Amino acid sequence: MRFFKARLPQLTLLPSLVLVAVSVYGFIALTFVISLTRSRMLPRFDRWEGFDNYARVWSHPRWEVAVENFAIFGLLYIGGTLVIGLGLAILLDQKIRAEGALRTIYLYPMALSFIVTGVAWQWLMSPDLGLQHAFRTWGWESFSFDWITQSEMAIYCVVIAGAWQASGFVMALFLAALRGINTEIISAARMDGASGPAIYWHIIIPALRPAFLTAIVVQGHLSIKSYDLVVALTRGGPGFATELPSTFMYEFTFSRNEMAMGAASAVMMLVLLTVLIVPYLYSELRHGR
Amino acid sequence: MASLSIDRVTKRFGATEVLHEVSIDIEAGDFLVLVGPSGCGKSTLLNMIAGLTELSGGEIRLADRRIDGLEPKARNIAMVFQSYALYPAMTVEKNIAFPLRMAGMDKAAQAAKVAEVAELLQIGHLLKRKPAALSGGQRQRVAMGRALVRDPRLFLFDEPLSNLDAKLRVDMRTEIKRLHQRLGTTIVYVTHDQVEAMTMATKIAVMEGGAVQQFGTPAEIYDRPANRFVATFMGSPAMNLVKGRVRDGAFVAQGAAAAAAGELRLPLPRGTVPLAEGREIELGLRPEWISTEAGPGSVPFAARVELIEPTGPDIYAMLEAAGQSLVARLPARAGLREKTEAALHLDMAQAVVFDPETGASLMAP
Repeated sequence: MRFFKARLPQLTLLPSLVLVAVSVYGFIALTFVISLTRSRMLPRFDRWEGFDNYARVWSHPRWEVAVENFAIFGLLYIGGTLVIGLGLAILLDQKIRAEGALRTIYLYPMALSFIVTGVAWQWLMSPDLGLQHAFRTWGWESFSFDWITQSEMAIYCVVIAGAWQASGFVMALFLAALRGINTEIISAARMDGASGPAIYWHIIIPALRPAFLTAIVVQGHLSIKSYDLVVALTRGGPGFATELPSTFMYEFTFSRNEMAMGAASAVMMLVLLTVLIVPYLYSELRHGR
Repeated sequence: MASLSIDRVTKRFGATEVLHEVSIDIEAGDFLVLVGPSGCGKSTLLNMIAGLTELSGGEIRLADRRIDGLEPKARNIAMVFQSYALYPAMTVEKNIAFPLRMAGMDKAAQAAKVAEVAELLQIGHLLKRKPAALSGGQRQRVAMGRALVRDPRLFLFDEPLSNLDAKLRVDMRTEIKRLHQRLGTTIVYVTHDQVEAMTMATKIAVMEGGAVQQFGTPAEIYDRPANRFVATFMGSPAMNLVKGRVRDGAFVAQGAAAAAAGELRLPLPRGTVPLAEGREIELGLRPEWISTEAGPGSVPFAARVELIEPTGPDIYAMLEAAGQSLVARLPARAGLREKTEAALHLDMAQAVVFDPETGASLMAP
């Protein structure tokens, strides 16, 4: 009995610790091991190829497109949601009427799955069904919005749909942070001669630093995991123009029987995420001390 | 430095009027303390001087120029807030320089001004730190630095010491007073602490219920309170109030307990307005006017010591005299003991008389 009492915290934490150790870190390790083998349809551990699969991934044209798209998507998606979310939050924070209703409206896309968002925006952006069609029927004959069919522009459609879905969430984050700012600070800035925009630029936005950290980390990992949105919106196309690392990984692992290459690309995604997020986290968290 | 004139200022929030035609005039260089309990309107009045709250009526003039319609930044007034309101993302140096930067002053001049203020407030070693890394007292100094750096015509302080611990509060109180002496600035200072008001002010406005109850120097407020509220709010322990009647030109305490325990009869203090025989009055007696030794013009009385609260140099004695409860403030060496009878003396020279209905002072002006 005494043993139980003394060890209760450890015992309580043990199941989740085991689960996390096996299903998160265990499978990360397994994926890395597979990436070193010659697995094709199923994992096999009899032929070792070292880092050859990584070389194959990096020399593959689809991976090149995927990484380039990831750069575009990641930057614009994170940047876009931050700017739109912050803008909406600031506008909502002006003691306006019906704020509760507006807040809910902006937050609602978050309740949809990326699949629903993808399908809805696929219809909206399809030249034959969506906006272009609507505007032309209303009489604007020359109106053209067919990015989704162009290889060069299709990735921006993914950005638009993603930003539409996630901006409300970022807005809620910033709104909460804005509400947490001491109103005396704003009064002080007014007395110190700062105009409205100057107060936001010099005082309020710098004070939102922790909210920026949260938003960037959440949106950053969403952007690299982003798979369902692309699948529902463009199926990676036209061609493989909207390929992302995640769709590449799925394609090679499960459709092309190149499990080792798929595993190598998955490890590369983890490395990308680590390289991007960890230094940022480190500098921000140290900054807070 | 500038004189400040608050002229029949009124503030309404919807149907509720929180300030009723408040008028206060101070000279350049005055240290005005607005003191009163929570909700008396003192902070609202301060915010209206600052320009953070709009007036519903009346005028505010600074150096004979009307300012109540101006933007806060156009008034050249600096304010120290209760929470200090330091900008969390900026270093101390940037915090202090912020008003100068907003005024478009060049970098070198900013640095010189910041250095000057930092020297004055002895915060030079903190300049590179962020507010989060400062103690309460240090934040207080930085907030004062940010106010001082602009050379404003008027300083406003909104309960600046209420977040500090007791010892630091006393130190900062002295420091603010010293700063006022040295710089000769006009200051409006809001507090609910009557000790702060008495120690720092050159003029005090005691507020209650959205109106100024009395405006005057600390000595006037303390010695000649205009009404019962002012009398009991200022001073610690609070002034004793004894209800009674005028009989044969003297004050006689009333009440069933008083009748049973024998009469408490005191001469009326000098300087009361003429009072009719039999009129009900209330006598105000400060705890420090009770003494164990007879003095010129003092009146002896007997009391039972119920309880003693030592404070170090003084004791507060809870007395029972002819059915009336009184608090006395006596030197610790007075040698009173709890649950004993004591022969005491009351100095009536400064006693005040109030109308028990209205609370107004019945002393001739």
